[in-house]
Amino acid sequence: MPAPARRIPHPREKRMVFANIDREGYTPDIACYLRNGGYEDLKKAVTMAPADIVNEVKASALRGRGGAGFPCGVKWGFIRPGETKPIYLICNADESEPGTFKDRYIIHQDPHQLIEGMIISAFALNVHLAYLYIRGEFPLGAKILEQAIAEAKANGFLGKNILGTGFDLEIYVHRGAGAYICGEETGLIESLEGKRAYPRIKPPYFPAVLGLYQCPTIVNNVETLCHVKHIVRMGGAEFAKIGTPNNTGTRIVGVSGDVQRPGYFEIEVGSMTLGELLNDLCGGPKPGRKFKAIIPGGSSAKVFRADERFKIKVKGADGAMVEKEIGVMDIPMDFDTMAACGSMAGSGGVIVMDDSRDMVQTLNNLNQFYAHESCGQCTPCREGSLWMRKITDRMLAGGGAESDPATLASVSNNIAGKTICAFGEACSWPTMSFVAKFPEEFAALSKKPVPPPTPPEFISEILTGGQGQ
Amino acid sequence: MQIPPELTTLIDEAISHYPVSKRSASLPLLHLFQEHFGYISEETILWIAEKLELQPIAILELVTFYPMFRRTPPGKHHIRVCKTLSCALAGAEQLKADLCKATGIPCDGHGDCHGGAPGHGDPVVVSADGKFSIESVECLASCGTGPVIMVNDDFYEAVTAEEIPNLLSQYK
Ligand SMILES: Cc1cc2nc3c(=O)[nH]c(=O)nc-3n(C[C@H](O)[C@H](O)[C@H](O)COP(=O)(O)O)c2cc1C
Ligand code: SF4
Ligand code: FES
Repeated sequence: MPAPARRIPHPREKRMVFANIDREGYTPDIACYLRNGGYEDLKKAVTMAPADIVNEVKASALRGRGGAGFPCGVKWGFIRPGETKPIYLICNADESEPGTFKDRYIIHQDPHQLIEGMIISAFALNVHLAYLYIRGEFPLGAKILEQAIAEAKANGFLGKNILGTGFDLEIYVHRGAGAYICGEETGLIESLEGKRAYPRIKPPYFPAVLGLYQCPTIVNNVETLCHVKHIVRMGGAEFAKIGTPNNTGTRIVGVSGDVQRPGYFEIEVGSMTLGELLNDLCGGPKPGRKFKAIIPGGSSAKVFRADERFKIKVKGADGAMVEKEIGVMDIPMDFDTMAACGSMAGSGGVIVMDDSRDMVQTLNNLNQFYAHESCGQCTPCREGSLWMRKITDRMLAGGGAESDPATLASVSNNIAGKTICAFGEACSWPTMSFVAKFPEEFAALSKKPVPPPTPPEFISEILTGGQGQ
Repeated sequence: MQIPPELTTLIDEAISHYPVSKRSASLPLLHLFQEHFGYISEETILWIAEKLELQPIAILELVTFYPMFRRTPPGKHHIRVCKTLSCALAGAEQLKADLCKATGIPCDGHGDCHGGAPGHGDPVVVSADGKFSIESVECLASCGTGPVIMVNDDFYEAVTAEEIPNLLSQYK
């Protein structure tokens, strides 16, 4: 396998979690990690009271990097003091949201950073058994992590009586097997219990209350757990100075699709706009092309039209909230403004489409994905994701009915909020937003004044207007 | 079914990772068997169920749920091609067709082509010489360097049509 090209960080990046990624001569073994100050933060952490580490994480205002952006300290705070049941920690390394590619680099190039983050988190949360759930398609990543765990154990950072503190911890790697829904934390837990990854209903199954083996469980993304290490090093208050209030720290964004230089960048949250990211860091559109559509936070995030404008409320100079109009390219890369503009920062995966792309075709690709990945427990999600796929399939095959855009909108509107897990939102938001924002492209393919044929077979006369195949 | 001693060691090791519930070892055991035998046979399902003190259906339902598990043997080298959006924008569909052509696997030209066989990689379509099999898969988390493929456990990024002959020739 050819060694991947090493990327040189862009000057506007602020590398913390990715500090060692692509560094010349940096290797994933523990010797290299220790030479670079590895496990010093763990040594500091074990001198602290666990509750103080939790407080530092709270003070840091770190938000989860897996997709939902939930404050990590608040989640950790759900573990009751004096809990008598065992508490588990799970690292979510399922990385399966289309457009997301960040955890893989930490796993492959700097596994000990993640292991150290997990040990510190486990110490803070009084966890003695932790699992690292990694997607099945990272076989090499799983081996690297297993090796890292063995090395950490051999060096006294894992296992019994860690660093002589009396604290015990085992971490095991658990491989998934190709199902996207294992990224959803309760689906992941079911999968780890050896079952189909059917997400659990919340309440009562909030992992922090009733998680793995019905015990309190904290599930965090790879990147989130790495941040914990840096929070311990610099202190929560110092960490919170990076980024903007409520949108603290750095985060890794990955840009794919129609830009000149796709890639991953670790940026201070909110330190640049979407336009700066796409133009300055990624070199702008391909020659002769214009941006048409941008999905800002993983395939589940609602799409933006490149010429869209928004009215958002921002804090004025006098501290009062004032309304301001901004364009898509002016949206800062943070959690809150992205949400205020109707989409989400999600997993940090930005997918760009230029004016050579057909939006129905683009949506159809995502509809295929979601129809394939629905776990099938909830009727609206199982049937709806398949319907959306069948409608866009049929439109592309030439059988678009006049009513299709409305039907797509109606199907998508009847999934979100009506399902067990957030896959319902994830699968319906693309259709909802594509149809709303590119009505002309959907209308252009929806000409036939006939009712949509009954899935699954498309009636060939309708597709071809009775002119045969 | 012959289970060699090395596999038995790995199985016991895997089960030891789940002190709370043996059932958790189901996926790891399925992986170990698929790695060793190439696919999941009826015998494997019965064996794992017995070992973990489960009903066979508890294992069968995993094999039918998780796309990575196969119930028929793949080619000597198994190719996965990512078909999801970022790779599709980078030309994954054409690449899949080119790979099918280079390996002599019939391709229906669609993203989820399994050489005309039903999807879910099951049964996997194998080239006539048994050397390769191809499967379309969803996002492999390397979207910035699409189109992305895996051959067995090896990862290849930004694969071009010109590279195919060289790439495949590494797999004897
Ligand atoms: C359908 C779906 C897929 C998800 N996939 C992932 C994933 O691949 N990786 C991940 O870290 N989180 C994923 N999540 C989010 C997790 O459920 C969970 O919120 C996250 O792991 C919590 O970690 P964090 O608080 O550190 O972000 C997914 C959520 C949903 C609804
Ligand atoms: S919303 Fe979809 S993926 Fe989630 S539990 Fe329901 S059917 Fe499964
Ligand atoms: S879309 Fe192919 S790797 Fe993500």
